[in-house]
Amino acid sequence: MSFLTLEHVTHHYFSKDDFKKALDDISFSVKEGEFVSLLGPSGCGKSTILSIVSGIMNQTSGRVLLDNKPMIESELAIGYMLQQDYLFPWKTILDNVLLGPTIQDNVNKELKEKALELLREVGLQNVEKQYPSSLSGGMRQRVALVRTLITDPKILLLDEPFSALDYQTKLKLEDLVYKLLHAYHKTAILVTHDIGEAIAMSDRIIVMSANPGRISKTFEVPLELRNEMPFLVRKHPKYQSIFDKVWEELNKSETQTV
Amino acid sequence: MSDKGDHLLFEKHLQGLKREKRIVFIWQACILVGFFGLWELASRMNWIDPLLFSSPTKVYNLLTVKLTDGSMISHTLITLFETLAGFIIGTLLGIVIASLLWSSPRFSNISDPYLVILNAMPKVALGPIIIVALGPGYVAIIAMGAIISIIITTIVVYTGFREVDPNYEKVLKSFGATRWQCFKSAIFPANLPVMISTLKVNVGLSWVGVIVGEFLVSSEGLGYLIVYGFQVFDFTLVMAALILIAIFAALMYKVVERIEGWLIKHTT
Repeated sequence: MSFLTLEHVTHHYFSKDDFKKALDDISFSVKEGEFVSLLGPSGCGKSTILSIVSGIMNQTSGRVLLDNKPMIESELAIGYMLQQDYLFPWKTILDNVLLGPTIQDNVNKELKEKALELLREVGLQNVEKQYPSSLSGGMRQRVALVRTLITDPKILLLDEPFSALDYQTKLKLEDLVYKLLHAYHKTAILVTHDIGEAIAMSDRIIVMSANPGRISKTFEVPLELRNEMPFLVRKHPKYQSIFDKVWEELNKSETQTV
Repeated sequence: MSDKGDHLLFEKHLQGLKREKRIVFIWQACILVGFFGLWELASRMNWIDPLLFSSPTKVYNLLTVKLTDGSMISHTLITLFETLAGFIIGTLLGIVIASLLWSSPRFSNISDPYLVILNAMPKVALGPIIIVALGPGYVAIIAMGAIISIIITTIVVYTGFREVDPNYEKVLKSFGATRWQCFKSAIFPANLPVMISTLKVNVGLSWVGVIVGEFLVSSEGLGYLIVYGFQVFDFTLVMAALILIAIFAALMYKVVERIEGWLIKHTT
């Protein structure tokens, strides 16, 4: 049963003297607990898909169904993680983590406990009273992850959340996010332009081409790779062959547009 | 061994900093003393007309007399009150208008040309009209102090509101935040530094508005003393009022700086 479904979603961006078709007839669905990656060159509209799924932006046509209900009617919480942490510098770490509950006006003692618990789980202890400026990039992104998870979203939208980090931190965070999402059985869509990251983390990879954004091919990640931690996937014998296939597909769609 | 060496280097560095600070202070003191010394000397030697330019000792004597009998204090307090009131009202109204502009892009588009005109216009030129409208009292003078800073505050703060990284709003919207919640939790707090910097500008502007207002109508205040001294050719009085204005304007600026330090410990 599909959990999230996009049906013929098309989106245009309008400006004063031009318009651009960002998405053209995008249809795919995500099962509950599945991890799907959207992979493609910049400008292929992958971030736009996330904005539409999250309800921040309205598509020009097509439907987005969440749990078989139109997105707008659905009350399921959505978690959104961006390229940078976007922690509020004037709030303490705890206040940052509790941002969602504060907006939804349901902060209570249990939730605070849960926040501290989650912070511990991502390896951040005794930082709740500090301000973001005193944390490293990797730590801040982990705080952003906790901020996303605290509202217990049914679906997570990850918009290149590791791209601003150094390589080592990125690999560690991939493992951490993978572990947490599987532990809590979350559905997730990851937007990335890093082929290795997409293979290492997801069950399915949707490759997109640009101008206008279209789905060019979908790859199923082999079962042996799905159940490995991202770091180990990169060392798996089957990794290289799927990497090459995805690489070829990406290049193909690129030469088409050039 | 090397640890000790490092420590020694650090000590040296600290000493260097201290020395630099002392040199700067000595220069500052020299300029102050030099200015008043030269003024006194020039006045006594008749290089400048002592009737027009007075002298530091005369100003000092006048100040001590007038401050002890209390007459100068009441003038100072009135001007201070008017300036503070004008400054606070102007800044707050400016921020409120900026918030309204942010809340409705259409309102903002409509107001745009009027804001440009109002901003370009020299506000003190409105003085006579304000006095006619509000009566020749301290209300009109406070209005002068406020009106001079409202428009520029509006424009600067509104620009600040619009320059907040839209991704903060995106984060909030993903939690289902309303536009008002976005404003309250991201747009407004992110702009505290901008607002503080307008406060600094407005301190100076409000003094201009109030002094000009006092020039025009009042029978009290430091601006009045300047005009009065000018009319009766008592330039010692003019100088004394100027010195008080300089002192209090600087004090207000320092207070705002203190508030800035408090409010924006964590904005980056």
